[in-house]
Amino acid sequence: MNPQSSPSPLSAREVVDEYFIENRTKLLEIAAFLDRLDRADPSYAGRDFRMKAFVEALAGLDRKSGRVDFIQQLLSDPREVPLDALDRKSALGAFDRWSEEKRS
Amino acid sequence: MKYIDHHAHMVSRTTDDYQQMSLSGCVAVTEPAFWAGWDRSHADGFEDYFRQLTDFEPKRAAQFHIQHYAWMAMNPKEADDRPLSKEVLKRIPKFLDHPTVLGIGEIGLNRVTRNEIDTYTEQIELALAHKQLILIHTPHLEDKLKGTRISVDVLKSFPTLEPSRVLVDHAEEHTLGMILDHGYWAGLTLYPQTKVSPQRAADIVERFGPDRICIAGACDWGPSDSMAVPRFIMEMRRRKHSEALIHRLVFENPVQFLSQSQRFRIRPEVEPQEVGTR
Repeated sequence: MNPQSSPSPLSAREVVDEYFIENRTKLLEIAAFLDRLDRADPSYAGRDFRMKAFVEALAGLDRKSGRVDFIQQLLSDPREVPLDALDRKSALGAFDRWSEEKRS
Repeated sequence: MKYIDHHAHMVSRTTDDYQQMSLSGCVAVTEPAFWAGWDRSHADGFEDYFRQLTDFEPKRAAQFHIQHYAWMAMNPKEADDRPLSKEVLKRIPKFLDHPTVLGIGEIGLNRVTRNEIDTYTEQIELALAHKQLILIHTPHLEDKLKGTRISVDVLKSFPTLEPSRVLVDHAEEHTLGMILDHGYWAGLTLYPQTKVSPQRAADIVERFGPDRICIAGACDWGPSDSMAVPRFIMEMRRRKHSEALIHRLVFENPVQFLSQSQRFRIRPEVEPQEVGTR
């Protein structure tokens, strides 16, 4: 914990009381999204870099701490050099490191 | 509770938004120059936009007793176009004397191209030449980490630039530390999807503390919420954080940063309560 931090006044029990239902909802939304994708094409998730990163991020929830930081890093472009030219206007939500691996 | 939204693209919002913001305690907004969602074809379009930010929008806000301030810039989404950027940058200085202009912003990177970095660098030079505050946009999603690193590296290459006069916006869990560690102010912008939620913003404050952190909605023409700062206030109250801590984040901190410009008319208030839990 950062020495300048402002810890939540809530106890662990209060955190669960306050946040369980809304996060139960989010959990079911993710499960429904994955089922929806499977119904469309069960093999698609293995071919789309965004979904490959998503599945790895889900596995990261098993960590004992630092889950948000882990997922933020996992989804980020780790490179340190700028692009030589603009390729598109918008970000896609996950870095395609699988294509990068093929290129290198 | 009184609050200041330091990043709100009000040209994209209706007067109903101003009314709701006023009813919920907003006393001032600052509006960085921004991408319109499509690329403008000529620098004249930017000049009209800058006039809208400096002449029209303050009057609209004043109807609801909200002070409106603006930042001038070539935005990161169009900054890769170097010829257009050079033309726009030539037109910015005449707006910097306007009584509601606080500085240069939002400048920064989008896809982190070499052209974007050149335009960003030139705008820092412009800010220094005209002694302006700086508001920096950091890229979205997977580009944020890399873009924030490079943005900070460029800032560090200006030894005369005082970090306390720079706010690096759209910070998230993985970028906030590097922004604060270098002495800059950081902004947490609350978006329904692509940035941080009020819940995560509260988590970040709990982890990093309130020093040099400001909270904004960054409402614009896309999925966004002009009521984002009040939702953050509600989230902090939900966790039983003190009114003094919340007030510091949504009022005192932005006043401290923004009042480095003499044009910002709201002054710090004496806060009688200690920052802590109630």
